[in-house]
Amino acid sequence: MSMEIISPGALSTIQDSGRTGLQAMGFSPSGATDLSAMRLANILTGNDINEAVLETTLIGPTIKFHKKCVIAITGASIKAKLNGVEINGNQAIEIASNDLLEMGFAVEGCRCYLSVAGGLSIKSELGSKSTHLKCAIGGFLGRALKAGDQIEFAKEITSLPKMEKRKVENLTSFLPVSRFSKEKSQVYILRAVKGPQDDMFTEAQKKQFTQNTYQLSVDSNRMACKLEGKSLDNLSGMDIISDGIALGSIQISSNGLPIVMLCDRQTTGGYAKIGTVITPDISIIAQCKPGEKVCFRWISVNESRRIYKKELKKLEKLELYLNK
Amino acid sequence: MINCRILPAGDCALVVEFGKEIDPKLNSQVQFLRKQLEILKLPYVIETVPTFCSLLIYYNPILVSFEKLKNKLNHIVKKQDLQQSGAENIIEIPVCYDADYGPDMENLMMQKNMTRDEIIHLHTQPQYLIYMLGFLPGFAYLGGLHPSLHAKRLDNPRTVIPAGSVGIGGEQTGIYPLDSPGGWQLIGRTPVRPYDKNRSNPFLYQAGDSIKFVSVTQDEYYKIESGVLEGSYICQVKKGGIVL
Repeated sequence: MSMEIISPGALSTIQDSGRTGLQAMGFSPSGATDLSAMRLANILTGNDINEAVLETTLIGPTIKFHKKCVIAITGASIKAKLNGVEINGNQAIEIASNDLLEMGFAVEGCRCYLSVAGGLSIKSELGSKSTHLKCAIGGFLGRALKAGDQIEFAKEITSLPKMEKRKVENLTSFLPVSRFSKEKSQVYILRAVKGPQDDMFTEAQKKQFTQNTYQLSVDSNRMACKLEGKSLDNLSGMDIISDGIALGSIQISSNGLPIVMLCDRQTTGGYAKIGTVITPDISIIAQCKPGEKVCFRWISVNESRRIYKKELKKLEKLELYLNK
Repeated sequence: MINCRILPAGDCALVVEFGKEIDPKLNSQVQFLRKQLEILKLPYVIETVPTFCSLLIYYNPILVSFEKLKNKLNHIVKKQDLQQSGAENIIEIPVCYDADYGPDMENLMMQKNMTRDEIIHLHTQPQYLIYMLGFLPGFAYLGGLHPSLHAKRLDNPRTVIPAGSVGIGGEQTGIYPLDSPGGWQLIGRTPVRPYDKNRSNPFLYQAGDSIKFVSVTQDEYYKIESGVLEGSYICQVKKGGIVL
């Protein structure tokens, strides 16, 4: 036994970058909700960026380690304690046998990613290690973690080269700009590309959509973030013939409010989609707690491609720096 | 000449829309493009999701721009001639329509003023086109239900419907691939599993194939069920496209 769950937290699941290629069969992709935080955790521990990690939600788990290993915690900022002493996220940490990690409550943000150097010993099902809760496949027995669960490590890696480089104080220039550094009343901006059904909305409605401030509903989960606020004016007939739902799709339901679709989304649906949140900004909404505020900004497809490339570059640069 | 619109769906996906109708011809254009992309194996195409009249395509924006992919797709779409698409699979699904498996059959008989045999006859007659899969893994959206079998959804949807249940909801009929909640009127059940993760091919069918329901007795149901559990039962599959 390598890692034992003492208490599981609110919802802790094993996730990688998702199950590709089965959406045509009606399978939602699953995977980490905040992909960039998940990839950062893997880079810090020297893993392949798509390796499976532990995703936690709001209240993190308490974990007892039974073997030496190297871990990293990214995503939400938490006051994690290792054997009672507070530790920082966004860095590699050497763990000794019998160490106790209490991840605690997410102070800022919603989801944390815990990676273990060498990866977790989790069987891939239908091409991915991601837990698909609805179909009970992937991850740890196809379910969320429970107290007493014991997860093996894929390899025994007790130390990584250049550990000093992997400490948070030496990494600041590489880490993604923290969305947590701003004041609390912050409205998070989500950049979105219009379409595919933006032609079902008037110019006035599309403008109103970006002027509104929305609040994340408590009814949000890995499937979608439901937003509350002012409904779009003069809507009629938001139903379409069911089509595919991309990551970040902004569905406008019959009540005129947006729903942003995440990794556990259904693959197809019949609501009109005014736009699609760009992939890098999924990491922002994935870290929003219920009650937090968001607004939308339209950008062009070309602009979205430029941002996507830039974000990926950041991670590549970090990987390069650590392996130099 | 095939017309399509190519619409952005964020930074990593786009939609090729062939029309706005539920129509076998439009759907065959969707399936054609999907198959072409499978054959071409373009390095920047990650996966596709065929639906009634459009194809969602996930792509890698590092390797290709929206404009470039749009041009490429327009080029592929133009190559299709409007003749019938190639022969697809017709999968025979055995269904027991007895009261034990179809709790809403009696109601439907009363609503429609039809006998059980008449309903079974109308339900097993068509070759149903699988327009798309969605909602649940292996859930097929079928076209071709006889208009006299159209039936309203239940006022109070059931919280659990057993996997394999066959039902009617509005103008549609279908099979529940997994235990799930649902509001369709249930008229029978199949012992075969449209989705089984432990099978070498976890999915019985894909979009573009069609389904034919075959009525079986309860005894036959049991036999097939034990065959399914042993892994020895294989559904009858014939070749033949939907005639457009």
